[in-house]
Amino acid sequence: MCLAIPARVVQINEQSLGLVELGGVVREASFMLLPDALVGDYVLLHAGYALQKVDEAEAEETLRLLAEMAEAGRAEA
Amino acid sequence: MARRNVAGTSKILLAHGSGGRLSHELVAKEFVPPWANPILDQLNDSAVFALSRDGSGPRLAFTTDSYVVKPLFFKGGDIGRLAVCGTVNDLAMVGARPLYLSASFVIEEGLSLATMRTVVQSMRQAAAEAGVQIVTGDTKVVEGGAADELFVNTAGLGLVPPGVEIGGDRARVGDAIILSGSIGDHGIAVLSQREGLEFEAPVASDVAPLSGLVAAMLAASTNVHVLRDPTRGGLATSLNEIAQQSRVGIQIDEPKIPVRDGVWGACEMLGFDPLYVANEGKLVAIVGPEDGEKVLTAMRGTRYGEEAAIIGEVVAEPEGKVLMKTTIGGTRIVHMLVGEMLPRIC
Amino acid sequence: MVRYVQEFHDAAAARGLTAAIERITSRSVNLMEVCGTHTVAIFRHGIRQLLPPPLSMLSGPGCPVCVTTNADIDKAIALAEQPGVTLATFGDMMKVPGSYQSLQQVKADGSDVRVVYSPRDAVCMARDNPQRPVIFFAVGFETTVPTIAASLLEAEALGLKNFYLISVHKLIPPAMRALLEAGEVSIDGFICPGHVSVVIGSQPYKFIPQQYGVPCVITGFEPLDVLQGIEMLLRQIADGRAEVEIQYRRGVRPEGNPLARELVSRVFEETDAGWRGLGRIPSSGLKLRPEYKRFDAEETFAINPPPTKEHEGCLCGDILRGVKTPPDCPLFAGACTPESPVGPCMVSSEGTCAGWYQYGSR
Repeated sequence: MCLAIPARVVQINEQSLGLVELGGVVREASFMLLPDALVGDYVLLHAGYALQKVDEAEAEETLRLLAEMAEAGRAEA
Repeated sequence: MARRNVAGTSKILLAHGSGGRLSHELVAKEFVPPWANPILDQLNDSAVFALSRDGSGPRLAFTTDSYVVKPLFFKGGDIGRLAVCGTVNDLAMVGARPLYLSASFVIEEGLSLATMRTVVQSMRQAAAEAGVQIVTGDTKVVEGGAADELFVNTAGLGLVPPGVEIGGDRARVGDAIILSGSIGDHGIAVLSQREGLEFEAPVASDVAPLSGLVAAMLAASTNVHVLRDPTRGGLATSLNEIAQQSRVGIQIDEPKIPVRDGVWGACEMLGFDPLYVANEGKLVAIVGPEDGEKVLTAMRGTRYGEEAAIIGEVVAEPEGKVLMKTTIGGTRIVHMLVGEMLPRIC
Repeated sequence: MVRYVQEFHDAAAARGLTAAIERITSRSVNLMEVCGTHTVAIFRHGIRQLLPPPLSMLSGPGCPVCVTTNADIDKAIALAEQPGVTLATFGDMMKVPGSYQSLQQVKADGSDVRVVYSPRDAVCMARDNPQRPVIFFAVGFETTVPTIAASLLEAEALGLKNFYLISVHKLIPPAMRALLEAGEVSIDGFICPGHVSVVIGSQPYKFIPQQYGVPCVITGFEPLDVLQGIEMLLRQIADGRAEVEIQYRRGVRPEGNPLARELVSRVFEETDAGWRGLGRIPSSGLKLRPEYKRFDAEETFAINPPPTKEHEGCLCGDILRGVKTPPDCPLFAGACTPESPVGPCMVSSEGTCAGWYQYGSR
């Protein structure tokens, strides 16, 4: 029930408001729920708020696992 | 209090104007029956008819469209350019060479003269690019609050070359489906400036006159069966219209459909599907399979067809439906747009 | 390439996962995706076609639009119909029919109903128009609730006197418990909602394997996430394990987002709530705490909604519990279509019936 998308933090001001970018699209976002976000982080954006940082190491790990499955799939074929 | 659902409503809803199923039903139920005639029944982008009573001799294409876009000015264009290109394209979609336009303005009292002048200049430039002349028009001014600044209507006349037979009912099993470029640019460019949904999108409207592109395609092949510009309702709606009119199935390949990153990003943020977002400078062509590559090459040599791609083919089953092979290799049905697209959080 | 999204659409990896899924599926298995956004993802990417026949995906009650009762929609409509008031809502709720009409129809009739993308937009509307009451229709599960709590705190900090909300928020774990208790349909595993879990973490689902022996995998929403989540569930089943695992590791921490939860509990408290299809579930909803009652639209505006009516023949309730599928409903694709919906399952963008209708079933 939740469209949240990974967007890159472009700017944060002292009022916990800032800008995020996805595919070149820049939008305002609130960081009230994620005060330790930093410019350059990827965050999950939902209804105009950053909810959580994307753990890039975990993302890479998942992709690595998926790539292994792709290889295994090719080997089977 | 009687229960009302949308189909049983006694009022016109915004959804009736969004180009999807409700719009189609409105036309089919409310407009066509009282006015019925064989030319109207064509229900293509333009009406095509011969001047002489026996049907011989030159054929004219005739069309009209009203432009109510808000905001009036957006990245890549404005209501003026849209008004010229939209009508030029409706003529081009039946294979006509566009010649003359009319332009009617309904202006809200208080609109700045500078704004109006910009729109008029924009129309001049677009007309010059498309090779058409604006030859007649009308102006009305209404009280403040009645017209949302400016509405423009254009009607267009063009000449259909002999032997050119292009229509929504002419797709045949085995035909190639060619898209002239990326989808969703116009809808997202306009949306990105609307109040309440503001964001900077690096996407400009693709609004452009396609008569040159069509001329190049028709010069390359006599097997262009269908042309359609996917405006309101997007590519999905146009393909569904064609599948129904031609009584064929359509199969497309999601990875082959070009979508700019910015359009993709904006759609992801709002929960939109690019397949349903309006385009104003693109066409989809259905071409005999023997000429698919030839037409593609001709398109890629033109200004507005550089990114043309073959995205699918016409099949026999399921009749009247559009199927899409997804990026991960699954299959789904692509329906016509229902109502308007609204931003979602779910 | 849009990062952390498009890589999760890779066709070769999808083939590898579906091959793995086929290998581990030996007998008939029912997996339930709780979250409506998962239902949409499954339809949109044509995932059903890629799954072997003994594997059934059931859709659960995780569509906050679908589980909002007619009574609650009627209240929002009654609020919107008051003169001089602006009702702000997420787009998702516009077309959902209440007992008599939808917000979209109320808007066509002249009421000031506005679609917003963020609850912050509603607060800004109130700030910019101090003379005009702005009421926010607060729908959503645990993913969305923190954003509304944050907006309300911002309205409080700004000293706004014209911002209100009507809360019909609902909580997922109690609904999952109610489903298991009802025992109407055999569920061999849960695909748990990835973004709800971003907020609540993995702890709240632990009772499911512990008390009911049902495996859970917290799953993301890109097509490869869904396939991997399914594969992880099947592996638990094949191994005879029942745990809460996290597939969506790039988004979900086991502890969730504690600050988000803290802001929520500052503003809201649990309450019993009525769910379409599931009836009344204790402690499954949220209401404003007494110290925030001045923001409660129902406390401030005396509304008199018409008597609630349910739509005869509508099987949304059964569909939301996974007991029936859309083709079982006599109204499906006949009297009930997306343009003329009878129940919310057909109109919600992630309603099960809308999914079947728009994207086609297997």
